[in-house]
Order: sequence, then C-alpha cells, then structure tokens
Amino acid sequence: MTTVAPTTTQRLEVRGDADVVRVRQLVRGVAQEARLSLVVQTKLVTAASELARNTLVHGGGGHVTVELVTEGARTGVRAVFADDGPGIADLDLALTDGWTSGGGLGLGLSGSRRLVERFSIDSAPGAGTRVEIVTWSR
Amino acid sequence: MSDASTGALSQVLTRHADEVRTAWLDAAAAELHGRSSRGELDREQTEIFEALVGGLADGGTTLRDAAFDQLRGILADVSAARARLGYTPRETAMAVFALKEGLYALVSDASVRTDITSLLRLVDDLGLYTFEAFAEAREAIITEQSEQLLELSTPVVKIWDGVVAVPLVGTLDSARTQVVMEKLLNTLVETGSEHAIIDITGVPAVDTQVAQHLFKTVVAARLMGAQCTISGIRPQIAQTIVSLGIEFGDIRTRASLADALVDALESGGRSAAEVTG
Amino acid sequence: MSDAIPILKIGSTLLVSIQVDLQDTTALRLQEDLAERITTTGARGVIIDISGLEIVDSFIGRMLATVAAISQVLDARTVVVGMRPAVAITLVELGLSLGGARTALDVDRGLALLESDDTPSAGATLLDAAKRRAR
Repeated sequence: MTTVAPTTTQRLEVRGDADVVRVRQLVRGVAQEARLSLVVQTKLVTAASELARNTLVHGGGGHVTVELVTEGARTGVRAVFADDGPGIADLDLALTDGWTSGGGLGLGLSGSRRLVERFSIDSAPGAGTRVEIVTWSR
Repeated sequence: MSDASTGALSQVLTRHADEVRTAWLDAAAAELHGRSSRGELDREQTEIFEALVGGLADGGTTLRDAAFDQLRGILADVSAARARLGYTPRETAMAVFALKEGLYALVSDASVRTDITSLLRLVDDLGLYTFEAFAEAREAIITEQSEQLLELSTPVVKIWDGVVAVPLVGTLDSARTQVVMEKLLNTLVETGSEHAIIDITGVPAVDTQVAQHLFKTVVAARLMGAQCTISGIRPQIAQTIVSLGIEFGDIRTRASLADALVDALESGGRSAAEVTG
Repeated sequence: MSDAIPILKIGSTLLVSIQVDLQDTTALRLQEDLAERITTTGARGVIIDISGLEIVDSFIGRMLATVAAISQVLDARTVVVGMRPAVAITLVELGLSLGGARTALDVDRGLALLESDDTPSAGATLLDAAKRRAR
C-alpha cells in the first residue's frame, strides 16, 4: 500500500517561466528526501521540467503537486501536473515519439514517460490535462 | 465490528491495560529472552498498545483503516529495525502475537462482558502485517547488498593517460550494464579522460536491452566530449546484434582491447610507434 | 526580469558559462546575445560551458542546437563542454541531440578543439604538395 507523508505534499502554481524553475527545485528537493540516486533524480527533474512547461505553454497555466510517497520499504516521489487548458484531442498521437503540435518539437510527453517509472495522463478537448508521474528509489 | 463496538473494545483495553500488558510482556520476554531487554520490549509495547487503543477509539475496524495509520507505521518501523538487526521472522512476529496472551486473559476474566473476538482477529492481522513488513525490509537489505556487490565487481580502470577501460566478464543484465554506464561516465569526468573502452571479450551473450544500454553509453560519452569504443565483440554477439536489428553502425568497435587502446592513442594525435617507443 | 548571462571573449572565441538553473526566457536571451556578439566580433568559435547545469531539458537542448546552427551560418563553430554524466544519460534517454554542436570535456579541451580546426591538417598539406608537383 502506498502512503503519502502528510508533511511533504506541496503545491506550486505555474503561471510563468520562473515557476518552471521553481518546480524543478521543488521536485529536486523531494527527490533528495526520497533518497533517489543522482541519475534517477536528474531524469525525474528533467521530466518535471518538461511537464511543467507543457502546463504553462499548452495548458495556459495550471499547478503542480509534489509529494513524498512510501510503499513498504521504498520511498518515491509523485508529481501531478494539472491545467484547465484546451486538452489533447489524440492522446495516442501525442505520446508518439516526434509528434509535434504547432511548429515546436513536440509536447515532450513520450520523452518524459521514458524518464519516470509510472506515467499516466488524462486529457480531452475542453477538459484540461492532468499528468501524474511517480518514480521510486531502487 | 460496528463503531460502537470498537469504542467498547478500546475502553476494555484501557480499563484492563495493566493485566493485558503484563501478560503480553511476559510472553514476549520469554520468547525473546536474551534478544531484547524487558525494558526495551516494554517501551515498544507501550507505543503499539497506545496506537492500537487510539485506533479503536477512532473507529478503526480493519487494519487498512486510516484510524490505524499510526499503528501500521510503528509496526513497520519495528519490523524494519528487527530485520536490520538480524532477528528471525518468528522473533519479530512474536512481539505482536504475544499480545494475544494478554487478550486470552481477558476472555477468561469473568468481569469482562465485552466480546473481544473481533479484537483477537485484529491482532492476527497485526501479526501478519508485521511479518510482511519484516519480509519487505529483509528484501530491501538484500537488494542493497547486491547493489554494493555490483559496484565492487565493476572495475573501471585508467589504462593510460586519458584512457579508461572496463573489462566486463560474465553475463550482463540490464542492472549491471546501467551501473557500468554510470561508473564509466563518472570516471571519465574524474580522470579527465577522453577515451573509454568497454571490453566484452568475457561476455558470452547480450540481449536487446544490454545492447541498447551499451549503445546509450557510447552516445552519452560523446555528449560529454569523449569517445567510447566497444572491443572484444564475439562472432555470436555480432550475429545477435544484427539479428535483433540494432544499428551499431555509428559505434566504434575493435576486435581487442589492445586494438582499441592503439586507436585511442592514435586519435590523440600521437602515433602508436611514438608511444610504445 | 532575469539576469543576462555574461559572454566573455578569448581571442577569437566567445565563452559562456551557465551557472544557474536556466529560465526559458534567459536561454532565449542568451541565444540572441550570442548571435549578435558573433556578428559584431567576428568570432570564429563559441564555447558553452554547461558544467554547472544539473538539468538539460528539451528546451535548453534545442537552444544549444540552435546556437550551433546560427553560429555555423555566421562561419563560427560551437563546442558544448562539461556536460555532467547524469545529464548525458538523461539526454540520451530523451533522444535529444545537440545538432551541429561538438562537445568536449572542459573549456581547455574545447579551445584546443577549436584551435585544431584552424590548423591545416596533415592530409591538406600533402594534397597541396601533390598539387604543386603536378603543375
């Protein structure tokens, strides 16, 4: 069973560039608390940076919740990125490598998925987007 | 168990705390004789007892209930601590099961009119939970130890100025290859070397995952400004790589570690003749 | 308003050292500043030191690749130095490349790399000699 340490649930609003940096710092902090190895930490924070940027750029702004979780003997980090933006019409397409919306180099979703252990996304046109990622210590 | 009932159970335990706890302590001390002092057991039991009573008062009926969050936490901590100290599974679980001695005392006490059958079942659950937590903690320790072993058996050596090598021997699995990758790249930075050689002469076979990890290591080294060569690829492995459809074209390979070393030295602007003199 | 990252000039090479967690706007500003400085100074090389970066995500990666492309158009070469192992491993997992940017372990080696670009290679000299003999 997964339990959440009540003291380490933190929420950040993502309204601008500087917030993406704050999200990185927050996730890094919790990752260190969870004793993730440096490489695992780096992958997680990088994924968080991508997803936070998505929330800002494609979602029109939103918020991120980060928490320390435990499952038996191991600890991990769970981060949820949510926005009330336009949503993604074709999720399967968006999760394909190299898919791009409007000139950029893609939503970075497929890349982020490879960087974390658990990745789930909820999105529909007009219903906003919610992405949840979890990574555990080894 | 209904809420009213858990409240009643909580009160029964509180009213007969001394009786229950003494029987519990005696049973546990007898089992763990020499392992833990009576004082230690007493302290532990105080925590567990209070969390149990509190959880019941809060309406907890099964162990999974939120009311018992604290109790589960305490049991998990106790089990993990015992696992680290090398207690046997029985010794660890007995700390909880011994509580039943205290409860049996209540059953035979005529003055107690509350039916504590559900409480007995709950304690069984507690004991099982403790055992599970112990098993998990033991697994974690074993994983930790095998990781340390992995680290020690992956030697990255500086074989020349600016050249580091990893001679791999035995079967490669995904975990080991990742450790190799990280260690190798870190050593490049630490020694300021621009060349890395991964020698797989002693590796009988590779699968897709391992081949991909090797590939990623080479690309990562390049991103860091270093060149990574794979040497000692056996014919069988070459066939596997081709049959798996892995594009190895971009990766530098050499038949032997020695060849790879010559390569590295020559690309540094020195000719092999100059160096070997 | 984010602080601009300072650009140093060493001979005909521009040197940038990124020490802080980069905001997107700062990264874009750096890209523009570099393009301008290459043009005004006629620099032949650009070294971007990312040894201080704990994270390089797709935005920063693209910025680095773009700088390399821009400098190439302006007849200059870009070298990205000091990438940390964890960052390299993550970039490979993401499948990101740095485009035309070359890489080196540190600033010294980056400078050496740029220098060797300007030195005619042995092959070129031999070819010149052969051409002369043919006339």
